[in-house]
Amino acid sequence: MDFHILFQQLVNGLTLGSVYGLIAVGYTMVYGIIGMINFAHGDIYMISAYLAAIFMALLFSFGLDSVPLVIVCTLMITMAITAVYGWSIEHVAYRPLRNSTRLAPLISAIGVSLILQNYAQISQGAGTQSVPTLIEGALRFGDDNAFFQITYMQMMIIAVSAVSMGALTFLIQRTAYGRKCRATQQDRTMASILGINTDFTISSVFVIGAIMAAIAGMLVTLTYGSFDFYVGFIVGIKAFTAAVLGGIGSLPGAMLGGLILGLSESLFSGFINTDYKDVFAFSILVLVMIFKPSGLLGKPLVEKV
Amino acid sequence: MSHTEQYNFSKTALRGLRDAAFAGVIALIVFGPMNGLILDGYGLDFHLDRPFLMAGIVALGRFLLTLSGCLPAVRQLRERLMDFSHRGVTVEQPGDSQVRWKVLILLTIITGLCAPFLVSKYWLTILILALIYVLLGLGLNIVVGFAGLLDLGFVAFYAVGAYVIALGAQYWGLGFWTAIPVAAVLAALAGCILAFPVLRMHGDYLAIVTLGFGEIIRLVLNNWLDFTGGPNGVRAPSPTLFGLEFTRKAKEGGIPFHEYFGLEYSSFYKYLLIYLVLFVIVVALTLFVHRLRNMPMGRAWEALRENEIACRSLGINHVTVKLSAFMMGAMTAGIGGVFFASYQGFVNPTSFTFFESALILAIVVLGGMGSIVGVIIAAFVFTLVPEMLREFADYRVLVFGVVMVLMMIWRPRGLLQIRRKAFKRPRPVYTRPGEAQPLHAASAGQSL
Repeated sequence: MDFHILFQQLVNGLTLGSVYGLIAVGYTMVYGIIGMINFAHGDIYMISAYLAAIFMALLFSFGLDSVPLVIVCTLMITMAITAVYGWSIEHVAYRPLRNSTRLAPLISAIGVSLILQNYAQISQGAGTQSVPTLIEGALRFGDDNAFFQITYMQMMIIAVSAVSMGALTFLIQRTAYGRKCRATQQDRTMASILGINTDFTISSVFVIGAIMAAIAGMLVTLTYGSFDFYVGFIVGIKAFTAAVLGGIGSLPGAMLGGLILGLSESLFSGFINTDYKDVFAFSILVLVMIFKPSGLLGKPLVEKV
Repeated sequence: MSHTEQYNFSKTALRGLRDAAFAGVIALIVFGPMNGLILDGYGLDFHLDRPFLMAGIVALGRFLLTLSGCLPAVRQLRERLMDFSHRGVTVEQPGDSQVRWKVLILLTIITGLCAPFLVSKYWLTILILALIYVLLGLGLNIVVGFAGLLDLGFVAFYAVGAYVIALGAQYWGLGFWTAIPVAAVLAALAGCILAFPVLRMHGDYLAIVTLGFGEIIRLVLNNWLDFTGGPNGVRAPSPTLFGLEFTRKAKEGGIPFHEYFGLEYSSFYKYLLIYLVLFVIVVALTLFVHRLRNMPMGRAWEALRENEIACRSLGINHVTVKLSAFMMGAMTAGIGGVFFASYQGFVNPTSFTFFESALILAIVVLGGMGSIVGVIIAAFVFTLVPEMLREFADYRVLVFGVVMVLMMIWRPRGLLQIRRKAFKRPRPVYTRPGEAQPLHAASAGQSL
């Protein structure tokens, strides 16, 4: 076995897993609080990639040439606008369906997903978009024949993901807002009787999910340098797989599921077959759903009458 | 207008203005960057007028929406809409409008049979496509509309049907006519295989697993180059009529259709045959599904959709019920796939993406989940209207999305209300005290 390939795939997997984890947070929190699969979440990620590219180009055209400043400013603006997307989509397409039939929110979410994809395609063109590489270079380990490397971009992804996950965990576990969130998740009626504005809490969960997706979208755009209006679909389903794998509804589960999925996917594509890596991810999704629908850290689902 | 009414109106108008301004600002934030700053390489094109226009439209729409709440007529309409959508299934009076329906069905069939002779070849191909979508809609309607199982990987069975004829012709010399039943059986089998693991799941989990299955099948078709030809696709055979071929020159030993009948060569005849066969199958299947709805199986599907737990406690075997729904739906889609492949003459995996599943779902949603007539109309609307409005082709998907969201908000049960026939018992079960019959005699009489 070539250990440098193994290490390289582990590094790649860790990076990929952090991204999946960031997006999976959006799925898991929304599912936890209102029990719907936000099918459009992957497309929120796609929109954030567009926004990041747009604002990077805008800031450069204003003559800003300090790369860290541009990245930080773009990240902030992208997070803010994507948050507005998350909020308004919840407001328009999901809130009226709070008490509707069982399948209605999911179908509506599929509709929103189609709308967002087509919107990006119409407004920005169907072609592949690209952004310049801003951060280059890598740390290299091993000799010239057998080495593995961690690019600075990968380091940034892992660091930013770790920080934002930490901040989110703190927000949910330690603050008054987080307590309201958890209360709403446990029992929405009771929480609203106790004076929690559950509508606001639910909206805010969508906003948090969108912000996390925006961070992921920005980071991935910077890394790969190209994207189109269709990127959200596959990434969205994989992130959903991560959420299910970790146990949907559980925040640490989303991160764990993301890491496991990212690692196993890059090991699979490194050692077995690249063409079938998507099939591999979908198979994990199907197998987990069939054999352990509650995931690794989730609570078992009990259907109440 | 009285004094208080005027006061209320001005208050509403003020509130409307405030809401409209808020909606406009939000719309500006949402649409601003995406519509106003267009990426062009690493640079930007500025079109700042567009987001302002869109924000203006959103604000105006929001204002009119609030204002229209003041008009009693609009309020009444809204209430009726809401009331309507919560009512569910209505039961018709026995013997209600039976004749009218029969005449309507007969007229539709006659129009359908005459239609190909009245339109150009181009429109005939569109009609074939519309009928294929009717078939797919009917199939998905069984799964989603009747049984309430949201299947997002429905296109996989469509793909099975299409690839059965294409690969079957390539490897085993399968023809068009044999492919129809073979594809139906194989697709039903695929539905059965898929249904077993998902039977324990409910609602959205089932949706995602079927989506996963659908994508797996498409990716395998795309990557298994040696067998399926990958993205390059496979050629599918044209239909034949009693051995007569529809090509310009027949293969060795065969006679082309046009030579046999002494006609000028035209691919019109091929499409005509596909259309007529497809039409007959669609009509037969529609009637079949319609009858099925009134049979115990169809009733069990609908009962399962309304409440699974109650259904199981009443002793309905949910495994067979779900399995039958999946298999029926899959079978229909498989037949649709054969026609699609034969009509296109060629299949490749790009025809079977998730988008196709979403389109079929949109047809079922617009038609009203569970309404057969609605689904047929919706399938025609979704295939014919985009053809008529070619210049708006880019906005097609956007419209599908908007339709799905709006339908879920306003009419989750579809545009047409679901009706089912009431049944009268053939003879009264009760007897008057004077003319009491022995119990066994009455039951013996009924069993005849």
